[in-house]
Amino acid sequence: MTMMQASGRRPSRISAGTIGIYAFLLIAAVFFLLPAWIMLMTSLKPMEEIRLGNILMWPNAVTFEPWIRAWSEACTGLDCRGVSVGFWNSVRILIPSLILSIAAGAVTGYALSFWRVRGANVMFGLLLLGAFIPYQVFLYPLVRIFAVTGIYNSFACIVLVHVIFGLPIMTLLFRNYYASLPVELFKAARVDGGGFWSIFIRIILPMSTPILIVATILQVTGIWNDFLFGLTFAGRDNLPMTVQLNNIVSSRQGESQYNTEMAATILTAMIPLAVYFISGRWFVRGIASGAVKG
Amino acid sequence: MDSQITNAGRPRFRNLAAVIALIPATAAVVVVYIGCMLWTVRLSFTSSKLLPIFDWVGLSQYSRLFLNERFSVAVENIVIFGVLFIAGCLILGFLLAVFIDQKVRGEAVFRTIFLYPYAMSFVVTGLAWQWFLNPTHGVQKLGRDLGFENFTFNWLVTQDMVIYTIVIAAIWQGSGLVMCILLAGLRGVDESLWKAARVDGIPAWRYYLFIVLPLLGPMIVTAVVLLSISVVKLYDLVVAMTKGGPGIASDVPAKFVMDHFFERNNVGLATAAATMMLIAVASILAPWLYQTYIRPAGRVA
Repeated sequence: MTMMQASGRRPSRISAGTIGIYAFLLIAAVFFLLPAWIMLMTSLKPMEEIRLGNILMWPNAVTFEPWIRAWSEACTGLDCRGVSVGFWNSVRILIPSLILSIAAGAVTGYALSFWRVRGANVMFGLLLLGAFIPYQVFLYPLVRIFAVTGIYNSFACIVLVHVIFGLPIMTLLFRNYYASLPVELFKAARVDGGGFWSIFIRIILPMSTPILIVATILQVTGIWNDFLFGLTFAGRDNLPMTVQLNNIVSSRQGESQYNTEMAATILTAMIPLAVYFISGRWFVRGIASGAVKG
Repeated sequence: MDSQITNAGRPRFRNLAAVIALIPATAAVVVVYIGCMLWTVRLSFTSSKLLPIFDWVGLSQYSRLFLNERFSVAVENIVIFGVLFIAGCLILGFLLAVFIDQKVRGEAVFRTIFLYPYAMSFVVTGLAWQWFLNPTHGVQKLGRDLGFENFTFNWLVTQDMVIYTIVIAAIWQGSGLVMCILLAGLRGVDESLWKAARVDGIPAWRYYLFIVLPLLGPMIVTAVVLLSISVVKLYDLVVAMTKGGPGIASDVPAKFVMDHFFERNNVGLATAAATMMLIAVASILAPWLYQTYIRPAGRVA
């Protein structure tokens, strides 16, 4: 949309208005980039330079040592194995949670859009409501249930929690997408005698690529960035990267290794940032349809 | 619902497969979303400490809650945070969207820069900002290095100001989302409106404020609801940035609940606070949900 050109004349020289627009955008860009820039610079400096030097400046002597320390030596209390432990825990949590939550959302969304089941819309309404309720309302009873069933503080537990709390948004996403598919396709498949699962696998699933991409983006960033569930349900040995990172920073003793901490922070942000930069417009589409998650 | 075929002549077993497919979701709704919620509400009327007890003490946990100084600090903080965060995100997000919509060069670059914080977790955001605002090394030192000897910016460690640092960090993280939502709205505004406004000699700022802004109403409502939900859920950012401190100065309800569940072993008080959070969300949500989802025949946009 060309708001400025709509006036019909071409500006012969750069007007004050144009300068103002770019000035505002550049100042805003500085505001948004500054924390990331400072983190990066800090992570590349030795501690003496951090103590003495300017926080904005490019390091006099670039060092990657903080990055290596952050990855393999940073301490949580007495455990000095670096954020790599949390990284691999997060990967192990992410993969099954991702697959199961998308599968659950896709099947539920499919059943809701194409099949008539008594009470299904009521169930869907309640599920949607669940997406908005603060997690603190569910946490304690869930902990009790998991403790009684014996899976509390395990990978299974944290994966199950991610699937349960991913269900509203995943279902909403797939249900809306399937509602936009032509229903004639489905009817034709029914005439040919297709059953519930065969229609889903042979016809619906092959048409779901765009929404599968959106769902994957949402869930990878959402699950990776989770802190509350990992803290509550994963157990000490399976803590995800975000929780471990926070433990490293808050359990520091003596003088902080700020450069190591910042390197660890950047490492923790790496996966969602990679998803963001690679997926581009898909990410925007994801948050437009799934922003309820925040 | 055009997407649903009628019931007539459908063999029973196919229907059964659909019913079976909906069992996991139904179980989640019944057990977790309804069951655990009612359980929490019920526990708020008990004297539970470390473990749940099912006695009945009426509203005494609630009266204890309202007399609790830490909880009133938490509520006050979340109100300050909520108002400033939502207003800040809306204003900044709207300005960014309008300025980006002026057919600027490098639009995609600007958009990418404004939205990337949204991809990062609250923990990362909190740690980044606590480093930047750290008085010994961060922005205060920077100001003094630049020659302003008495430059002071120690909000992060000042009880009265610490909540505002969390507001700043949260606006940094969230205003890209508002920009995104409003930019989509701006692209849908009819271009002839701008031409008409030009003919009438209406300046650009009045055009945006009085003509475009009202047109973006539904998107602003959506943005406000989304931001409100994240206000009530505010937890990770506070933990990473200030741990609720200095003292209890930056405590928020979600953190109050978590600490009373898992550290202070006061389940009764924690569930009472959680129930208050539930009531707060329900009162924000009910009108919007009715408007958006229930009135237009269950179809979601």
